Amino acid sequence: METSALTIGLLGAGKVGVVLAQLLIKAGYKVLIAGSGSVDKIALTVKVLAPGAIAKTKEEVSKEADIVILALPLGKYQAIPRKGLAGKLVIDAMNYWWEVDGERPDLQDLSTSTSEIIQKYLSESRVVKAFSHIGYHDLHDETRPISHKERKAIAIAGNNEQDVQQTAELVEAIGFDPICIGPLAFGIRLEPGSEVFGAHVKATELHKMIDNFPQTEKGKQVVAARR
Amino acid sequence: MTKMKSEVLFGIDTFGDIPVDDDKNLMSYAAAIRQVVDEAVLAEKVGIDAIALGEHHRSEYAISAPDTVLAGIAGKTSKITLATGVTVLSSDDPVRVFQRFSTIDALSNGRAQVILGRGSFTESFPLFGYDLRDYEVLFEEKVQLFSELLKETPVTWEGTTRAALDNVEVFPKTESGHLQTMIGVGGSPQSVIRAARYDFPLMLAIIGGSPDRFVPYVDLYEQATKEFGTTRHPIGMHSPGFIADTDEEAIKLAWPPYKKSHDRIGKSRGWAPITREQFLHEIANGSLYIGSPETVAKKIARSIKVLGVGRFDLVYGQGPLAASARLRMIELYGTKVIPRVRELLAENSK
Repeated sequence: METSALTIGLLGAGKVGVVLAQLLIKAGYKVLIAGSGSVDKIALTVKVLAPGAIAKTKEEVSKEADIVILALPLGKYQAIPRKGLAGKLVIDAMNYWWEVDGERPDLQDLSTSTSEIIQKYLSESRVVKAFSHIGYHDLHDETRPISHKERKAIAIAGNNEQDVQQTAELVEAIGFDPICIGPLAFGIRLEPGSEVFGAHVKATELHKMIDNFPQTEKGKQVVAARR
Repeated sequence: MTKMKSEVLFGIDTFGDIPVDDDKNLMSYAAAIRQVVDEAVLAEKVGIDAIALGEHHRSEYAISAPDTVLAGIAGKTSKITLATGVTVLSSDDPVRVFQRFSTIDALSNGRAQVILGRGSFTESFPLFGYDLRDYEVLFEEKVQLFSELLKETPVTWEGTTRAALDNVEVFPKTESGHLQTMIGVGGSPQSVIRAARYDFPLMLAIIGGSPDRFVPYVDLYEQATKEFGTTRHPIGMHSPGFIADTDEEAIKLAWPPYKKSHDRIGKSRGWAPITREQFLHEIANGSLYIGSPETVAKKIARSIKVLGVGRFDLVYGQGPLAASARLRMIELYGTKVIPRVRELLAENSK
């Protein structure tokens, strides 16, 4: 596979990080993965749950990978090593989850998507949002080959067409139809409280849900907050 | 392998959802708790091995103090294992948890079983004055202390989450010298490793998606016990379900309360309301054991086989189900499903 030349880095070795590592390895990528602490702490997890992935520190992963996916608790985003990620495509798979992150008004500000907060923090990287709205077990269970009629879709929000395209290739490769929904600000349409959050549906239905966003309760709140 | 399968234990678990009476009125909290006691008595009568009660602090559940309910059940039963699912250790005091359960163990002649966990809800944190940001350290330290307490010898312990103990003995001690303890895990790899590190049996909470997804976790537990030199205990699993006489009836009865419960919890977490299509998809492919005794038995037998578990607990009664339907479910589980699962496992191992 041609794509195998790319090295994908995962920051986060929890439920989402491990599933993404499994799928990306299956798709032929080289995968590096880091948890919040030392390499020792995740070595066994990686060896057993995502054989083939290489456990490293978050600094090493950020520096050595071509593309980095963020799969750590959103509330800890300030622990992401900025330096190694400069100039890179960074895919944000995180969501605000109060049961993990605690009460964080800064992450519930309706005037900005949480991915824009990440973009601001990683000012020298190019942030795209993807892999965030589908639950980790559906991510694991619902992969299907290209053009399978039941293939599910994953939405992507990003500002740069080339980055969105590159993200779409990853989505495609692990077994989902990519759909591009617009700029990073539109990432809010995928966040908890939206119809899309938790959805594992086909592309046509996902499109419909996303287009319908401004009419929903959350959509109206967002519009009001941004007026 | 064959030997383990023939010894599979079966349990039922509940969070103490408030059921409705025959006139479809929600029962009171007090009546809902007495209902669970009646269900436990019935469960024992129909041959179910264990009952596990969850701890929640939300309006839709009656049980916030599962150990007190277990003490009540202890007095009315003689065989069934009395478990929690789970005791939220992070926001509790390990010393007090030990004392409460060793007391239930005394009352029940050794039938108490603590299943420790972090819980899938976090209401207990603000309620008892804990900070969610300490989620990790609270659980880690308290599991460590609890594993010390289980030795039933004087404990010396120091940490950041409770007062230090200096050569302290904790009472009552159990008759067997060992309070049965498991760790409940929802799919975090680090939690699986932690259970192995402290030498605890593992209870997998498989509440969504395909159970096959957990096969590598069983492997992880095994590898971790090897690495730490601890015991590879039998693993248990718990998944939600409902049984009625036919598939159609089970789906008809379970769907409206399931949706109500799912959407209500989902709202606070930002999930979209569940559709009937998703519900049926989860029954067919995921971790909802809903249907006739035959359908549910086949699904349970398959999961036990795939994961090689030594215990299967069915979480029953999601949402405002009729109390009478819950009792019927327990009866079918004990008299039809469990014998049929045993039969299927025996066929498989031939």
